[in-house]
Amino acid sequence: MSGKPKLHYFNGRGRMESIRWLLAAAGVEFEECFLETKDDLTKLQKDGSLLFQQVPMVEIDGMKMVQSRAIGNYIATKYNLYGKDLKERALIDMYVEAVTDLNELLMTHTFQPADKKEQHFATIVDKATNRYFPVYEKVLKDHGQDFLVGNRFSRADVQLLETLLMAEECKPDILAKFPLLQSFKARISNIPTIKKFLQPGSQRKPPLQEKDVPKLMKIFH
Amino acid sequence: MSGKPRLTYCNGRGRMEPVRWLLAAAGVEFEEIFLETKEQYEKLIKDGVLMFQQVPLVEIDGMKMVQTRAILSYIAGKYNLYGKDLKERALIDMYVEGITDLMQMILMFPFSPPEAKEKNLDSIKERATNRYFPVFEKVLKQHGQDFLVGNKFSWADVQLIEAILTVEEKIPAVLSGFPQLQAFKIRMSNMPTIKKFLQPGSPRKPPPDECYVETVLKIFKK
Repeated sequence: MSGKPKLHYFNGRGRMESIRWLLAAAGVEFEECFLETKDDLTKLQKDGSLLFQQVPMVEIDGMKMVQSRAIGNYIATKYNLYGKDLKERALIDMYVEAVTDLNELLMTHTFQPADKKEQHFATIVDKATNRYFPVYEKVLKDHGQDFLVGNRFSRADVQLLETLLMAEECKPDILAKFPLLQSFKARISNIPTIKKFLQPGSQRKPPLQEKDVPKLMKIFH
Repeated sequence: MSGKPRLTYCNGRGRMEPVRWLLAAAGVEFEEIFLETKEQYEKLIKDGVLMFQQVPLVEIDGMKMVQTRAILSYIAGKYNLYGKDLKERALIDMYVEGITDLMQMILMFPFSPPEAKEKNLDSIKERATNRYFPVFEKVLKQHGQDFLVGNKFSWADVQLIEAILTVEEKIPAVLSGFPQLQAFKIRMSNMPTIKKFLQPGSPRKPPPDECYVETVLKIFKK
């Protein structure tokens, strides 16, 4: 047993990507076990490894953890990325939950039927630029600090960067009106552990392509 | 200013109900503001009170908290309903998240089109009896304790009792294969703060009806 966390998921972003980001940001090496077929999922379900029969599942510290938020909370706390007290945690939670909402929209874009894609894209851009990004732009402007919460690197910074980059994949100039988010993006991308994760050959996964969707459906449906 | 937490939401369960349950279980009195019109909601947005333009909103300890999970985690942490260490918290989080997935199906149910309702009800029954309830039945059976985690009352117990009662409203015999959960239900229902919350006149909201659905659509639909 290597002692490293072991991630069980398909070979793609989905609901595991935020966990990869968090572990990478914390400088924690991890292993991955990819589900390729429905049988791979069924085997995990049958041997009782999946509490609610679902992935993501992360083997860590003797536990088989499921539920991406539970896993994220555990990693963030263990590696001191969750603020210094209850109030900082509250802020981090609010920021992370909102960014997760936007992530869901971005994630589901590839699964939209052809006739809904354009509308969905418009919704993504509208929500990103009118609901979410202005909040983080203002947070950074109001306190003038490098990080979102408590003048210290936290999970909120990691998840925001992840989302900013995904949003840019969707629409490259989406940060045009957000100068502080642009400098935030540059600054956080240069943190050594994150810089490493952003390099080719890291465990960061590429965006889901439409051609990969049928294989995914076979595993999970 | 009363010092009590103040909840802003529609006059119904929705995403605020778990918050009401948790505060009540912790014995914390709270006030409520009910959204009745689109104008009220738009005013809240204009006043900059809703961080992401959404409710639930809970004003507590000088913060205007949004995002249900953030609110619940804060309350659980503050009132010692979140386990004694990181590993207990991990268990509580896993249990709560699983139950929340089941509750999400119930949350969306009133808004599904009439022709989909029967199928959705079957899905709820299937998930409750095959995926979620067996897990908690087993947890209780294996440790033989009164509470889900750490032999102590926690957020996980509150979330589970809420889920059990809510599913039972739709599927009365749903606990028939789950003796541990039946005993758990009685035990939790008899805890003083929860017993009080289950009495008529408490802040607990009734199941959503057509009127509630109409109000929600009127306020939030673009």
